[in-house]
Amino acid sequence: MKPRQKRFVFIVVAVAALALVVGLVLNALDKNVSLYFTPTQVFNNEAPHGRSFRIGGLVEEASVKRQADGLTVHFVITDRHKSIPVVYKGILPDLFKEGKGVVAQGKVEVDGVMHADEVLAKHDENYMPPEAADALKKGETANASAVAAIPASAPAASAAK
Amino acid sequence: MAINWFKYSAPTTFYGLAGKMIPWFAFSSAILFVVGLYIGFVVAPADYQQGEFYRIIFIHVPASILSMFLYLVMAAYAALGLIFNTRLSAMMATAIAPTGALFAFISLWTGALWGKPMWGAWWVWDARLTSELILLFLYLGFIALHASIDDPRRADRASALLAIVGSVNVPIIYFSVKWWNTLHQGSTIKFSGTSMHVAMQQAMFIILAACWLYAIAVVLARVRSIILERERNTTWITELPEVRS
Repeated sequence: MKPRQKRFVFIVVAVAALALVVGLVLNALDKNVSLYFTPTQVFNNEAPHGRSFRIGGLVEEASVKRQADGLTVHFVITDRHKSIPVVYKGILPDLFKEGKGVVAQGKVEVDGVMHADEVLAKHDENYMPPEAADALKKGETANASAVAAIPASAPAASAAK
Repeated sequence: MAINWFKYSAPTTFYGLAGKMIPWFAFSSAILFVVGLYIGFVVAPADYQQGEFYRIIFIHVPASILSMFLYLVMAAYAALGLIFNTRLSAMMATAIAPTGALFAFISLWTGALWGKPMWGAWWVWDARLTSELILLFLYLGFIALHASIDDPRRADRASALLAIVGSVNVPIIYFSVKWWNTLHQGSTIKFSGTSMHVAMQQAMFIILAACWLYAIAVVLARVRSIILERERNTTWITELPEVRS
């Protein structure tokens, strides 16, 4: 082998080995890299006990209630399998809405309610004008059978093909 | 007769070629920026969720794509330099680094400006944001390492290693939103297509192209100065009309 071929092989092998090591490390750190736990994970005891962590999911429809002080908000975070009630006192982000993504940080107390000290809105990667969104919504309600549970229906849809 | 590609890997020929190409790239970049920003800020409709706030995407996404792609190009040039011992490859890697760092910075900065009104936070330590921050540090580390070694050939080799090692980070940035739970939303532009309205898409892709052409123009201009600086003792440089006068 010429020296330059040797150097080429060396670089390729080194990068491959490095990628493998980084992959194993990140795999081992999996839970620590993720920003939040889903409600299902919390019910499976994967979330830490007695300290602050984040829960992410959707704000359950018709679950948002404001207290008389106008600042304290009660709502429920759900991943469509399990749900966790949250209490938060403070200003909510503009995108906070029922049925939309949310990430709340706080402690789950013995009563099973998360007392959050930070609530962030998580939006999706779809961008369209309001008219297009309305049209999509109308189309969805027209064949409502397919909307029931998006994560559960996805594998079934692909299996049907 | 086969074309001798190595002819253009010699600084002597590349210097003149780059000089001729710069105005074309710069000019077309300026036009595309004007067209793209016009479509993005005037023609494209407001978003159904985020209203007018989403428009920062037209800067944010092209800058992020460029910051990642330029890093891979830089690492590829660095590797070529190590393997073939060509002078120009290492010069190209050094010339790309500041532009890549600029795009990484713009990506983080516009992301923070976007995050505050939409998410409710300037910064979150989620996988996407953190790995992009590491990318900025890799660029800065590359520039600093190269500047700290006096002998340019040794500086090339040391910083090339850093560039190659750091390239592992790029796929991590790209797939971070898939592999882990993040506050950052998933990719809008996927290999399978985009989830975006047509006028919005046009604006984004035109600005992306404008950023590309800008990056090429600036890198070529920078590599020309690096050539002049490094080869200043050679006869071909002293015979250049712009040097003689």
